[in-house]
Amino acid sequence: MLQVNNLHASVEGKAILQGIDLTIPAGEVHAIMGPNGSGKSTLAHVLAGREGYDVTEGTVTYKGEDLLGLAPEERAREGVFLAFQYPVEIPGVSNKLFLKTAVNAIRKHRGEEPLDAYEFLTKLRAILAELGMEEKLVSRELNTGFSGGEKKRNEMLQMALLEPSLAVMDETDSGLDIDALRAVADGVNKLRAHDRSFLVVTHYQRLLEYVVPDVVHVLMDGRIVRSGGHELALELEERGYDWLREEAN
Amino acid sequence: MSSSTETIQEIADQAYSAGFVTDIESEQLPPGLNEDTVRFISAKKKEPEWLLEWRLDAYQKWLGMVEPTWAHVRYPTIDYQDIIYFSAPKSNADGPKSLDEVDPELLATYEKLGIPLHERAALAGVAVDAVFDSVSVATTFKDRLSDAGVIFCSFSEAVTEHPELVKKYLGSVVPVTDNYFAALNSAVFSDGSFVYIPKGVRCPMELSTYFRINAAKTGQFERTLIIAEEGSHVSYLEGCTAPMRDENQLHAAIVELVAFDNAEIKYSTVQNWYPGDEDGKGGIYNFVTKRGKCAGHHSKISWTQVETGSAITWKYPSCILQGDHSVGEFYSVALSNNMQQADTGTKMIHVGKNTSSTIVSKGISAGKGIQTYRGLVKIMKSAEGARNYTQCDSLLLGDQCRADTVPYVEIRNNTAQLEHEASTSKISDDQLFYLTQRGIDPEDAVNLIINGFCKAVFKELPMEFAVEAQKLLEVSLEGAVG
Repeated sequence: MLQVNNLHASVEGKAILQGIDLTIPAGEVHAIMGPNGSGKSTLAHVLAGREGYDVTEGTVTYKGEDLLGLAPEERAREGVFLAFQYPVEIPGVSNKLFLKTAVNAIRKHRGEEPLDAYEFLTKLRAILAELGMEEKLVSRELNTGFSGGEKKRNEMLQMALLEPSLAVMDETDSGLDIDALRAVADGVNKLRAHDRSFLVVTHYQRLLEYVVPDVVHVLMDGRIVRSGGHELALELEERGYDWLREEAN
Repeated sequence: MSSSTETIQEIADQAYSAGFVTDIESEQLPPGLNEDTVRFISAKKKEPEWLLEWRLDAYQKWLGMVEPTWAHVRYPTIDYQDIIYFSAPKSNADGPKSLDEVDPELLATYEKLGIPLHERAALAGVAVDAVFDSVSVATTFKDRLSDAGVIFCSFSEAVTEHPELVKKYLGSVVPVTDNYFAALNSAVFSDGSFVYIPKGVRCPMELSTYFRINAAKTGQFERTLIIAEEGSHVSYLEGCTAPMRDENQLHAAIVELVAFDNAEIKYSTVQNWYPGDEDGKGGIYNFVTKRGKCAGHHSKISWTQVETGSAITWKYPSCILQGDHSVGEFYSVALSNNMQQADTGTKMIHVGKNTSSTIVSKGISAGKGIQTYRGLVKIMKSAEGARNYTQCDSLLLGDQCRADTVPYVEIRNNTAQLEHEASTSKISDDQLFYLTQRGIDPEDAVNLIINGFCKAVFKELPMEFAVEAQKLLEVSLEGAVG
């Protein structure tokens, strides 16, 4: 699904990613852990194509094609989804209209007919029910005045509606209480599929208790310094990151 | 509001889509303005003596006035002797009895504009008094309206058919000497619309007029008068498009509204005149005086405008809140892209007791556009318990545009309560990235954000107009965000 080779990226001239190698096969959940400032969010944003992140070296291959040459909206239409750490408030824009616009933009790219209002609502309601979410969330203005938990649930809703092939979750667990965390994890688990991969970026182990990863990578100073199974996450929880840094040096 | 993203693509590649010129033989005066011009217009329209005198008086007063310079707009000096003051499609001489008799080329023009008069008007349940150049050429739904006792006709027709009403109210809200452009209009006004809603009548349909400027060098001097008697209600829609021109075209219209006890007038405008090209060449100069008088108690006048066109906009739809408990509203979206300049806002004059007014202004500047909100809230000594709420938001696209907010407040009664909120913002990269990351085209993303910004105003528009307004903003902002 995703192959990252020797990826270097900088922000405002400062090198952040310094040679990432990462392969995520279809259907797997990979977690990226690491201390603050290690480049976790940068990696997520580079994959999604955010402006201001300059790739200076390396390649990213997605479904066998070069990903880095695509604009953000093209990546999204090809199935790359970024669940934001801080979902953006857009006042005056109805959540429902936004969701429908996004769904139909992606359907158009796939050569499918756009959903009309009725079809869309039917689909939306089914997903809301599955995620155990209330419809009133979609009647509000996009993320505007949402609590932290509501924002993250709204990200899960978008993920479920847009059916991505690669979902990158950028610290989705930050700032969530345990109930919201469970709800988000539940959403992710329902979306796990053999043809869908996840890259879960997180600082803490706790999300991984609910979303059990196939592989855990530790990112430090812009490099993956260690990869392992779920037990690596537990070890990090217990011992912190410093021992890895020492080992790496 | 419906999702219009599907239609954006269709219009995305179009240049100014209403930019074409219809070739209809015009009967027109040579350029120039003097007393004879005024007499010619009046004679041409077979006006009564009193109206000619009124026009001549206005002309004399205009001669003694000077063009205002306080607005934040810059334009080359207008040569008023180089303007044609009368032009009428010849085919109208005999007066078409039905649409079949209307010049086919004219009908085709409406088609191109997306205004198939006979079908679309019927479907939308809207009566259309179509003004082409200076003379009304087609009016529909008249029967249904007259059954309700509503008078909806061209201004010229009203002068002939209802002289007592015209005489009573003409200039009663906007006096001849109100301002330079009002005086000019009063002298040479060509035609326009007249609406009279009798006591207790709720107008059975929304009234709509499409204005259009066509013949070269033709100044347009429209005059609209709407009178709502006690307990009546009317919603009037006005929409404008104009063909592409290299020369600037002057437009100085007057709209006067009068609402008596418990009456309500809702006046909505979507204005899309040719704004000029990217270098500011061509485009309409739009100097308009719009004012409503809430003459009766518990009366209400509401202005909603979406201003996307014109090279220069100079426009302040206002309310005189004379009746006790009367209500004035002003909802505005104004956009200036490329070299457009807009100085627009409102005046709320509180005279009666417990009068209230609401002002919601959304200004969007892009390219090198200049946008000024200019508003006055005046609380007279007699206006015990007056209230005003003002919200002025500006949205900037790019770093070469400009937005200013100039609120004036005059309070002569200390029981008044006023609230004012203002903001200036930019579309953030975060917002754009968020939307594009969901597969949405960057241009559609900008449109979504702008529609969100304008929502408080769009929701005041009748549904079909709201959709049109959205489309307009999209077309007008094409390429404004890279």
